Amino acid sequence: MTLAATRSRPSLAGAFAHGSTLPVTIIVLIVIVVWYLAAIPMNRVLSEPLIAAAGGGLGNTLSISWSLPRPVLPAPHQVLIELWNTVFIVAPWRPKSLLYHCWVTLSSTLLGFILGTLLGVGLAIAIVHVKALSRSLMPWIIASQTIPILAIAPMVIVVLGSIGLTGLLPKSLISMYLCFFPVTIGMVKGLASPDPMQLDLMRTYNASTAQVLWKLRWPAALPFLFASLKVAIAIALVGAIVGELPTGAQAGIGARLLNGSYYGQTQQIWAALVAAAVMSSGLVWLVGFIERRVALAMGGRP
Amino acid sequence: MAAASVIEARELSLTFETADGPVYALSKVNLTVQDGDFVSFIGPSGCGKTTLLRVIADLEQASEGHISVNGMKPDEARRKRAYGYVFQAPALYPWRTIERNVALPLEIMGFSAAERAERIARNLDLVNLKGFEKKFPWQLSGGMQQRVSIARALAVDPKLLLMDEPFGALDEIVRDKLNQQLLELWGRTKKTVVFVTHSIPEAVFLSTHIVVMSPRPGRIIDVIETKFPKDRTLDIRETPEFLKVAHRVREGLRQGHSYDD
Repeated sequence: MTLAATRSRPSLAGAFAHGSTLPVTIIVLIVIVVWYLAAIPMNRVLSEPLIAAAGGGLGNTLSISWSLPRPVLPAPHQVLIELWNTVFIVAPWRPKSLLYHCWVTLSSTLLGFILGTLLGVGLAIAIVHVKALSRSLMPWIIASQTIPILAIAPMVIVVLGSIGLTGLLPKSLISMYLCFFPVTIGMVKGLASPDPMQLDLMRTYNASTAQVLWKLRWPAALPFLFASLKVAIAIALVGAIVGELPTGAQAGIGARLLNGSYYGQTQQIWAALVAAAVMSSGLVWLVGFIERRVALAMGGRP
Repeated sequence: MAAASVIEARELSLTFETADGPVYALSKVNLTVQDGDFVSFIGPSGCGKTTLLRVIADLEQASEGHISVNGMKPDEARRKRAYGYVFQAPALYPWRTIERNVALPLEIMGFSAAERAERIARNLDLVNLKGFEKKFPWQLSGGMQQRVSIARALAVDPKLLLMDEPFGALDEIVRDKLNQQLLELWGRTKKTVVFVTHSIPEAVFLSTHIVVMSPRPGRIIDVIETKFPKDRTLDIRETPEFLKVAHRVREGLRQGHSYDD
């Protein structure tokens, strides 16, 4: 009886030890400790005269190293303060607000992601149906990804700017350029994934190519699509940030990064990086959430 | 020849060109299947029984000879959707419920929603799967899944049913039961069935005609007509008549093998 009771109601400490909470907490703590420690030697050049002026000692070393106005490496709490100020204190529609910049980047990320997904799926459908295309198109698609995006992003922005395209679209095109690739690769595999028997079945029904695509290839490819979309949405964000770097730093996470490095505002850089990471994991989570809902609707085992 | 012939094959040959040289899958096959027959192809693996079924279904094309299905070339017959095909595996689409799997050919062939609902209900009832409409394939046993695939093949109401070792992957108890059900179904619907198997009792129990085949090259070595009543039960497998036919099939298979070693 006692055994059953303990089994059915595990203690809080037990859940902590056996779940993923403990390892996650430990890793986070280690990262924070390493970060604080690293801030001391990395800020030495700036902090040394101040520490000497204050009379030295461990207490002064720590407090000065972790509270410099423009540190080389800001301490975690400095980044948190910057985040708090730019997210919660400033109104979100003001250019000083981090949320404003997040929205600028997010909008071009999402537009680029949608365009990239459409392009990727379109290319995959073409490649699966036309044998010649898989030979002729695939090398170009792969070559497109070997070009460093940082090298061509400014060209794309400048060229499109010269024909009057500015703002959202050029940045989105860079996102699209990065994120169509995993979608194409995943969907070529996914659309070709039905086994010969499932395809033969369609042949016995004398199904048209379009019917085979919509009733067999497309649903069979959906798991592959979602795996690709998770990669695609994360790199769409990277593309949008890279696209913001050469635009003269007007707005967006990329602009925040560039501004921060101009003026030595490392807290601002780190806050922008944290914001990018939060957005990225949020977007990947969202794709995963939709994936689970779709899988359930398609008869997946719960 | 009282009944019209549903399948007519004359000197039919099929050769696969492979890297190791040609493989003679079928060699000079002659076969007539009449309306309402239950014909089994039996033989060891590699004898071309599945290939012959696939040629009838236009999933493979003969290299030589002539074949007609419902008086048409196989590709015309396929385009006119003259047959239902049951594969070795159920080949259900895992993302579709049972009723939507049965609906698949009906959707493709453009039946109305009302007609689809009626046919789904009728054919799931025919294979004793009423009440499973909303389940997904993984929630059903292998035998039930194969019955769904039979319902799917019957849904378009073809006159000809082509079955490629449909019960091969099932255990003997389930297989006996499905054989009995298939026989009842054949008696009720009066369809023509062509059935591929490698089980002698299955072939003898089900068929009006047993086509014994042999490999390398794939060919027909015997066609045995059985005269069991249409409403036979599994009990006939103990009768002397049944054993006699089974013996003749076995003899034929042994004869075919003697070319090998």
